[in-house]
This record gives sequence, C-alpha cells and structure tokens, in this order.
Amino acid sequence: MEFALSEDQRLLQDSLKGVLAGAASLDQIRKIAEGDAEAANALESALVDFGLAALLVPEDAGGLGLSLLDACLVQEALGYHVAPSRFLVNAVAATALKDYPDLLTLIAAGEAKFGLALTELTSRRDGAGLSFAKGKLSGKALLAMDVEGATHLLAADTDGQLHVVQMIAEREQMRTIDKTRAFHEVILTGEKAAAAPKSDNRVLAIARLLVAADTLGAAQAMLDKAVAYAAERQQFGRVIGSFQAVKHLCAEMAAKLEPGRALIWHAAHALDIGDPEGPVMANLAKSYMAEAGTFIARTSTEVHGGMGFTDLVGLHYWFKRIGVNRQLFGSPEQARETAAQLQGMMA
Amino acid sequence: MKLDLDPEYEAFRAEVSGTLAKNRHLAPTAEDKGYKNARRIAWQKLLIEHGLAARTIPKAYGGYGGEPDILKARIIAEEFARSRIPGPMSGQGIAMLVPTLLELGTEEQKQAYIRPTIEGEMIWCQGYSEPGAGSDLAALRTSAVEDGDDYVINGSKIWTSTAKQADMIFCLVRTDPAAKKHEGITYITFPMSTPGIEVRPLVDMTGSANFNEVFFTNVRVPKSGVIAKPNVGWQVANATLTHERGMLGDPKATKARFLELVTLMKDESVNGQRLIDNPHLRDRLMKLQSEVYAMQANGLRITTSRLKGEPAGLAGLIVKLNGCDLNHEIARLAIDALGELGILYEEGEHLRADGSWQWRYMYDLGLIIGGGTAQIQKNIIAERGLNMPREPKLAKA
Repeated sequence: MEFALSEDQRLLQDSLKGVLAGAASLDQIRKIAEGDAEAANALESALVDFGLAALLVPEDAGGLGLSLLDACLVQEALGYHVAPSRFLVNAVAATALKDYPDLLTLIAAGEAKFGLALTELTSRRDGAGLSFAKGKLSGKALLAMDVEGATHLLAADTDGQLHVVQMIAEREQMRTIDKTRAFHEVILTGEKAAAAPKSDNRVLAIARLLVAADTLGAAQAMLDKAVAYAAERQQFGRVIGSFQAVKHLCAEMAAKLEPGRALIWHAAHALDIGDPEGPVMANLAKSYMAEAGTFIARTSTEVHGGMGFTDLVGLHYWFKRIGVNRQLFGSPEQARETAAQLQGMMA
Repeated sequence: MKLDLDPEYEAFRAEVSGTLAKNRHLAPTAEDKGYKNARRIAWQKLLIEHGLAARTIPKAYGGYGGEPDILKARIIAEEFARSRIPGPMSGQGIAMLVPTLLELGTEEQKQAYIRPTIEGEMIWCQGYSEPGAGSDLAALRTSAVEDGDDYVINGSKIWTSTAKQADMIFCLVRTDPAAKKHEGITYITFPMSTPGIEVRPLVDMTGSANFNEVFFTNVRVPKSGVIAKPNVGWQVANATLTHERGMLGDPKATKARFLELVTLMKDESVNGQRLIDNPHLRDRLMKLQSEVYAMQANGLRITTSRLKGEPAGLAGLIVKLNGCDLNHEIARLAIDALGELGILYEEGEHLRADGSWQWRYMYDLGLIIGGGTAQIQKNIIAERGLNMPREPKLAKA
C-alpha cells in the first residue's frame, strides 16, 4: 500500500511550478487581468510548450496518457499561481471524449481547443437553455468557459446530454469578480453536433474535482502568504506571527486544508482505477474544498490586516479565484446533493 | 499511488478473519462487564496467543513476539471492526505504560509488569494532570521527597480515569524543586493500595464519574518504582504522550460513528418524513461525510509515512484537533436530527440509542479539552507544522 505521490508526480508538479513562477508571476497576472493580450499569450505558449494539452489524452491518440491524479496536481499548481489556463476545460473534454479518437488526437496536437458550457447541468435561469433537435444545438448558455480562441464547444443541453459543436457561436463576455479568467454568454443557432459523448455522472464529477484541486492550490498559496507575512510584520514590538491570535488562525487554515489534499488524491485515484465510489468522493472533494477555501480566503486576508484588503498586495486575485471556484459547476450544496444522490441516500 | 495490498497481506487478512470466525463463540458478550472479568481475560489471552493482541510485545514478557508491521496491525483492527467481534483490551497501562517500559524500563520492571498488564490482570491509571497543572503540565507540584530507599509523596492528581479500579499508577512527581520546571520531574510507578492514597470520583457534565481526583498524603513508595532515572520524567512522559495523541481522533472510530448517524437518519421519521429526506439535515450530513472522508484519506497518508519511516508532518499534527471536533459535530447533528426528542437522556420510553448521542456530545467536548486542548493543538500545528515563532516568555514580575 502506498498513498503518496510518486517521484514522477512530484517532479511534474515542481517543474510546472517552475514555469509558472516566471510566466505567471503576480506582475504577469496583473497584466493579464488588465487585458494585456501579450502577457496572456506568453503564459499560454509557456503552458503549451510544457505539454499540458496532451497530458490527459491516451497515448494511442498521441497524448501522454497521464492519470486524473496527475491532472489534479497540474490544476493545483495553476491555482497556486492563479494562472488562467485552458487546461481544466481541455482535461474535461479529453475525459468526456474518450470514445472519439479523432478529436482526442486534435486535442493532443493543440489543434482542438475547447470551450465548456455546463451550467445546464447545475442551474438553468435567465432564459438560458440549450435544446437539441434533429442533430442541432440551439439556445443560450451562461458562464461558458474558455470560449475565446476555442475551436470547439463542449456543451450540455437541457436534458443533461453532452454535445460537441464547432465554436462559431455568438458570444458576449460576462464580467465576474475574477478578471484573470474569461466567462461568456454564448448563443447557438442550430449548430450541427459533431459528437455526443456519453453523459454520465463521471464528466461532472471530474470537472468538480479539478475545480477542487484548483482551490487547493489557491488556498495553499494564501496560507503560505499569511504565514510569511506574519513572520515579517511587526506590531507591539514583535512579529505578529508570535501572537496566538494570529498563530491559531494559521493553524486553523492548515488543519482545514491538509485533509482536503488527501481527499483530492483519494478521489482522483478512485476515478483512475474505476472505483464506483470515485464520483461520490469527487463531489465530496468539491464541497470540502469550497468550504475550506472560503474559510482560508477570508482568514488569510485577515492575517494580512489592512494590506490584505489592498490591490497593492494582490491577495485578492487568490480570494476571487476561490470565490469563483466555489460556485463553478455547482455550489457546495449542489455537490453535496449529487453525492447524496449517487449513494441513494434519499427517497 | 496504490491502495490494494500485496498478496502476502491479503493472505494474512484471510488468516485473521478465519481465526476470528473460528473463535467468536469465546468472545465476551455484553454481560461480561467490568475489569478482570474472567471471560474477558481468557479472550485477551487467546488473542495474544494468535497474535491479535500484544502482537509486537516480546514473548519473554507475555506477548506474541511478532515483528512490528503497520499494515498487519491495520488489517487486524479492520477485521475486528468488520466482524463486530470485541477487540483486544486497551487502557492506559497497555497503550502508554507498556511501550514506555519496553523502551526505558529495567529488566526487573519489564518482567514484573508487562505480562499481567497485557493480559488484563493488572490495571493502571495515569497520574499526570494536577489542579494547577493542566496545559502547563510541567508546572506540576506533587512532591516526592527522598527518605532512605523510599520517596514520600504529597499532593494531588486530577482527571485520573480508572483510578478506582487500578492496581497501579504511573505518576509524574517533582523530585527536585530547585531545578527548572522540566528538569526536576520523575516518572514513578507504585501500587494504588499504598497507605495514604485517597480516590474521589469526579462527576462530570455527563452525570457520571468518568474521571477521579487522587490525593496523596505521606505516601511512602520504594525508589525501585522509578522508570529510567530520577529527574528525567519529562522525557519519559513525552515518549508516552505521543501514544495518547495517536489514540484521540482516530478516523476509523469517527467513520463508524458517522455510519451510525446515517442509519439513525434513515430509520427515524418525523411527520411522516424520514430524517434523511429532509434537505436541511441531509445537507449537514453530507458536509460531515466530506470531512469524514477527508480525515480518512489523511489517515492513509499518515500510514504511508509511517511505513516509510518518515515523519507525517502536518497530516499527523492535525488529527487530534480535527478528529475530536468531528466526533462532537456528528453527535450534534444526531441530536438536531432527533429534534425535540433529542433532549431525552438516561431512560424513558421515547429515548433513542440509550441517550448515547447526548452522552457523546458532552463526553466528546471533554476530549476536545483533554489530551492537549484544542488551543494547545493549534500552538503545536503553528509552531511545528508551519514553523511559526513561539510565544515569547513573559518577563518575570
């Protein structure tokens, strides 16, 4: 028995963090948030060079054939650096399209870039809704991810069925608190579906698990920043990290965060080996990290005092990343309800 | 990442499960109550003989004499839980004193105490906390003054469980009042029948006396009861405190309680609706499940670290804090789910589960405080896990 990361997995995460330390430094993130296309492109090409697109695609389709646990480690590193990336959406697409080798090959080669519209699975409102008839998809989807520059859109219709269409949709940006990542309202007018991947609980579970891993990274960064700040900042003639009031806040953050890491590993591994409990664990991980992340986002900001509230320190990028992740692909309440349904808890 | 076990261990599991099935008719039942019950002692001896208790204690001291193997220990615990057959005896003698003796005791002490302790014939209590020394344990003042071959002990201890039943006590006493507080303490063992010892039950919020106060008035005990040597008792005690913290917050026990809560919420109905079909209660249940699963996975990480002989780091430091809190929260939801009937206690027609949920809600609060308070745990997490600075010492007034 070994419940730990392999040497290769640690290496994968460390080398990606190395790339991100330069390409997704806080200065770069600020530029991206302000709409600097050059900075955004530089980050994207650094990640393409790293080989992220091919990571989850099976080897026989030209990919690296890595596991979902590997994907969680990548997503955690991206969250740690609040780095925008196509990785999450492409990873979801690669798992959803496991029966479509042609599309997988395009994903691995970086020629197919996916947008994702899953809100139909979690909350339909404001007149949105995608209907599927005679092989065509029409309607409106809210909060679609990564549609800018995408070649394809993976979308759920009002029955929860997934479809792939060419990305020619009309779109309008939806501003969120998180300016590093783009969300759009997309309008489809009878686009022909290129694929209808199997729509089981697995795709949503994987999307939710990757978001949980992203929050894990962002929350770890906020904890690290709080501990570092508390070791430097002096008040009343001593570093504030020597006050129990501050130490206990940091201890509480660590105590909530650390089990979340183990739960994400366990859920990813369960999905990787086809354990039927995998989707339950993934939904529980989404709920757990949403709650732990929210606590850490608030607490780390408080440990930073007034500086935490300023734009200067930039802590708010992590706060907002965690805030968006909490709602993305369903609130913690919805993730818990899915976990209950999957276990047949209710009548 | 690999969660299945090697064939060697699966074979071991089958062997354990077979032994338990073959002998289950000998296991003690609910009628076999109390310490030194003949059936319980016979069961314990049988478990030792088969390597299911005292597994790594050398044969010379009455144990099974097996090699330490974390996975085998885990498999044994899992098989007891799965078969619902009563497991080996526990208690402070077995869990804390025996490992200390094995590490630091003299040959004579090992011969005298280990066998009867692991067989359940000798019960121990722990004399650590004092009215004036709780979180600051090293401030203890119970004094032991040398007199020839003896020490004469005066003072008192508190939070002493099983003091009434105990044959023996392992106790921290101050032997050098002039030394710094950590350096004048001695770890000593002596019989509870020694003249001058008075035990007073300490009734707690649950309504029963789960702990005691112990008073020492000119208690004369032989120096041969000292473990290691005089004035190094703090180091000796720290060796055993590690064992105690490991017991509090065990995720396997938490998971078992969680499953009881699920059963309760599926079995009970209010206004014709099962409790689990109430979305508010179900949401709280699932939130607890996410925490139970997280602590379980955290436990897997700790086991792996121990297998590799590496320190478990933060994953290990958070167990007592999180585990005890989670147990308390599970009991809280059970009470809330039972609603108005949740307040019933002790006895009565409408009482559920013998009132155990209210009992646990209160007792678990005791465990959040005991064995190193939640606040002390947070200090430890911050200082040892996050390398934050220690609290500066107050200037002497």
